[in-house]
Amino acid sequence: MTDQNNKTNLILRAQNLSKSFGGVKAVVSVSFDLHEGELLGVIGPNGSGKTTLVNLITGFLKPDRGKIEYKGQDITGWTPYRIARIGIARTFQMIRPFAELPSFKNLIIPLYSPRVKALSGGKYGDLDAVAKDYLEEVGFERESSVTYKPAGSLPHGYLKRLELAKCLALRADLIILDELFSGLSIAELASIVPIIEKLVSEGKTVIMIEHRLRELFRIADRVVVLNYGSVIADGIPSEIMEKPEVRKAYLGSE
Amino acid sequence: MKQRRKERIDRGIKARSDDVFSLNSFREMLYVAVPPLAPVLILLILPLELPSYWQKVLVSTCVFALLAMSWDFLVGVGMVSLGQALFFGVGAYIAGISNKILGLPIWIDIPIATVLGGAICAVLLTPVLRLRGVYFSMVTLVLPLMLERIVEASGAFGGTEGISGITPFPNSYTESYLIVFATLFALFAFRRLVTTDYGLVLKAIKDNDRAVMSVGINIYWMKAQALFISGCVGAFCGAFITHVYGFVGMPSFALDYSILPLSSAVVGGMGTFAGSFLGAFILVPLSEALRGIGGLRIVLYSFFLVFFIVALPEGIFHYIQRKYQQFERWVEVDK
Repeated sequence: MTDQNNKTNLILRAQNLSKSFGGVKAVVSVSFDLHEGELLGVIGPNGSGKTTLVNLITGFLKPDRGKIEYKGQDITGWTPYRIARIGIARTFQMIRPFAELPSFKNLIIPLYSPRVKALSGGKYGDLDAVAKDYLEEVGFERESSVTYKPAGSLPHGYLKRLELAKCLALRADLIILDELFSGLSIAELASIVPIIEKLVSEGKTVIMIEHRLRELFRIADRVVVLNYGSVIADGIPSEIMEKPEVRKAYLGSE
Repeated sequence: MKQRRKERIDRGIKARSDDVFSLNSFREMLYVAVPPLAPVLILLILPLELPSYWQKVLVSTCVFALLAMSWDFLVGVGMVSLGQALFFGVGAYIAGISNKILGLPIWIDIPIATVLGGAICAVLLTPVLRLRGVYFSMVTLVLPLMLERIVEASGAFGGTEGISGITPFPNSYTESYLIVFATLFALFAFRRLVTTDYGLVLKAIKDNDRAVMSVGINIYWMKAQALFISGCVGAFCGAFITHVYGFVGMPSFALDYSILPLSSAVVGGMGTFAGSFLGAFILVPLSEALRGIGGLRIVLYSFFLVFFIVALPEGIFHYIQRKYQQFERWVEVDK
């Protein structure tokens, strides 16, 4: 690995990322560093370019300008599946599970990935059993009916966990969660937050795009604030909301 | 006091036979075994019993059943093809050329046409794999028509005359049983394939291709593989028919080979392969039987099509399957 001799264990570096759609500048010269084991929150008002940033990192969009490095490797302009294979997993804001398949069968798709095959020594084996293990890890009760129900009929909270389980199944090192908390009740949040904390404690790196600031600030190590596609603040959660430009972006000018 | 009530037959059977086979009566075994065995038995007996004209109808029915299944398979991966004629025509021409011009024997040129045909179709469609929905369909519709015109304009491979004098099958039984076995093999192989992990990934591409990409699976490579599988089946049909007619020409790219499989699959019910199979076995013989009435044939045929689609939009197979699972029997209960 290239980061062996790198003291800071940099996992992801974005440099001057820019993307426009027609005349709309969605992301303007965004740069940030991410270190291994860090939980980075990305916040910002609606339309500030958060999801575009995720799409740029995961290859679903190609940046107009700028560079993305993952573990020292330039991944700018790679296809989404190539980026996923080197260990970057993501969830989608609009969750669309493989609706007709039972929940555990949904995990067959990530488990079938070339990445997982390579990591498990070139064999696929009995994926059903492995899939159920991952579901249990995100709080599906073992052998309960939700495991076997078609994913399309799952309650919202379970769908979010299923998305999380897909990232786990891929054995990703960097997990990008796009508004995972949105639409969850307090009780559902209380059960899903420990799963994320456990991920981080296991050494995974996590980026969370969030609107639920209170919950995010409790677990994030660092927060980046976007507004009109630019980074307007980058710092630890307890200080970030004190910055005048952040208050202005969120509350409007006084 | 004894009373009687109705009970659904499949309940207990399903619970017991899904995982472990522990059926405890001959009737229950029959209930499970009849649906897959019936078409097998019927297809194996038919060539022996049918008069020679209807044997030809059986052969073309099987060909359309195969094309319908290959169409159904592509739809299951999210690719709606309007051009099974492409697969058919490419297979037909490869078989014709390799038999007549290269002088290969029939048992070698058919496998070659099947595999090479599938590969060529996959390669031809690879540039448009990124297109979705109707855009992909348009290209598949146009490609066979384009190849047909290329043959006409360039005079290649016999041009408008086609290639005739291709080795026929040694006898009509070889012909019938080859296509019958191929159809049955495809039916069960396809049904098996879609339940494997590989099949699930293909199905997932249809449901949500971005999610499949985001776990590191190259969906274009998977789609190309699906095209190859479907193309092989279509090309086999073309190669087979070339030897039945002893001729290959521009009609091999005819629209019939695109439209009839599609309507078979829609009438029979999509997504199960058994539906496509059933649809072809209704539509093709029906079209033959209507030949006697002359000019009104197409009108009546179209009327049947519309009737089935309006009355049973889910497809005949799904309807029958549902009714079969809802069979009830009287059981005695103690009160």
